[in-house]
Amino acid sequence: MSEVLDSYPLLLRGAWTTVQITVYGAVFALVLALAFGLAGTARGRLLRAVNRIYVEFFRGVAALVLMYWFFYALPLLGLRFTPIAAAVLAIGLNYGAYGAEVVRGSVEAVPRAQWEAACALNFTAAQRMRRVLLPQATALMLPPFGNLLIELMKATAGVSLVSIADLTFRAKQIQASTGQTAATFAVILVMYFVIAQALQVLVRIAERRTARMLGRGLPPRRSPAAAPAGEAVLP
Amino acid sequence: MNWDWNYTGKLIPDLLDGLRVTVTATLLGYLIALALGLVWTLLRRSPNPLVHQTVRWVTEFVRSTPLLVQLFFLFYVLPSWGITLGALTAGIVGLGLHYSTYTAEVYRAGIEDVPRGQWEAATALNLPRRRVWAGVVLPQAVRRVVPSLGNYLIALFKDTPFLFGITVTELLGSAFDEGAHTLKYLEPITVAGLFFIAVSVVSSLALRRLEKHYATH
Repeated sequence: MSEVLDSYPLLLRGAWTTVQITVYGAVFALVLALAFGLAGTARGRLLRAVNRIYVEFFRGVAALVLMYWFFYALPLLGLRFTPIAAAVLAIGLNYGAYGAEVVRGSVEAVPRAQWEAACALNFTAAQRMRRVLLPQATALMLPPFGNLLIELMKATAGVSLVSIADLTFRAKQIQASTGQTAATFAVILVMYFVIAQALQVLVRIAERRTARMLGRGLPPRRSPAAAPAGEAVLP
Repeated sequence: MNWDWNYTGKLIPDLLDGLRVTVTATLLGYLIALALGLVWTLLRRSPNPLVHQTVRWVTEFVRSTPLLVQLFFLFYVLPSWGITLGALTAGIVGLGLHYSTYTAEVYRAGIEDVPRGQWEAATALNLPRRRVWAGVVLPQAVRRVVPSLGNYLIALFKDTPFLFGITVTELLGSAFDEGAHTLKYLEPITVAGLFFIAVSVVSSLALRRLEKHYATH
């Protein structure tokens, strides 16, 4: 055990890489989720088709397969990424598809009267979205986004298989050099757990701020598994 | 570089073998997840605070740590404790254990969604405990949880490539091995990706039909 803890600089560097990939991946996924999710709420059939194709395609393919594809197959087509860029692209595209469904569901779950009121006040489509629908939809999006963020963080462990030196990769190095298999993996499992809990705290702070911005109480906490987007609507 | 159709044709049988391993792991892992999830749910209903707090934190821990590391743990650590699992077995157990923490949440939400009045009516009718569960609560809870359970079947299927990390030659693994032989990765990995999309799109369509069938009115 002490040998494993002695190699803490290596573990911390790995954890930092994991956090970096998680953050970059999450930001990229968020951008894609907003763009494609809002396309899914559009009136035009073309935009909605773009949303469906993106979501079905990238939700259907496994994140790890996508990563391997970016890492091994694309260079043969002449497109070369740095390993981290390939990982971030793959993870972002994959989780962006899940996020797009959350965004679409949340915007559609804002009560219809809000939309009608905004129309009656002669808001333009952009104003309607930015001033009325999105702020209320954000409150609905955050809890499922929190779950997706944890899932995304867990998926980053896959980058160790394409030899990016994240936490899992460092653990395998330490395990090989010290032979302390059980201790090494136990330590990094705890480290991943701590990262996940920290992310959850951040999401909860964001939820509280959004609720205050809208002048609402906090929606009741729901179990992570069974809460479809749009159920926590408050009057 | 161009797409080589001849090579693609030669790959298909091997990739189908890989797909068979993937599907086996998915189905067996899912069975474990369904059964073990029920165990977690029942233990969490235990009146003993030590039991339900322990189960709560254990499931939370398993749910928020990466499947890949859990697989490493099962595959590399257990042998030193005298339990040696084959790679595929370790993978199936890992998938089942990981997803049991999700199915447990689904069951719990399903049971909590059964209206209070149903419990009260069952008590008023003086039904024995077994009939309360078998005749009143579970039939209503099951309808509510079928769609979420189906989603986790698809999610589990898409997590099977992690088994490649512990040397199981599933779909991604067989594609990668093919590529490693010929140094042509484009075709095998693309085809493997298309297989994944095909299976998950078809199963989500099937799931949507099932959802309609079980919809609560």
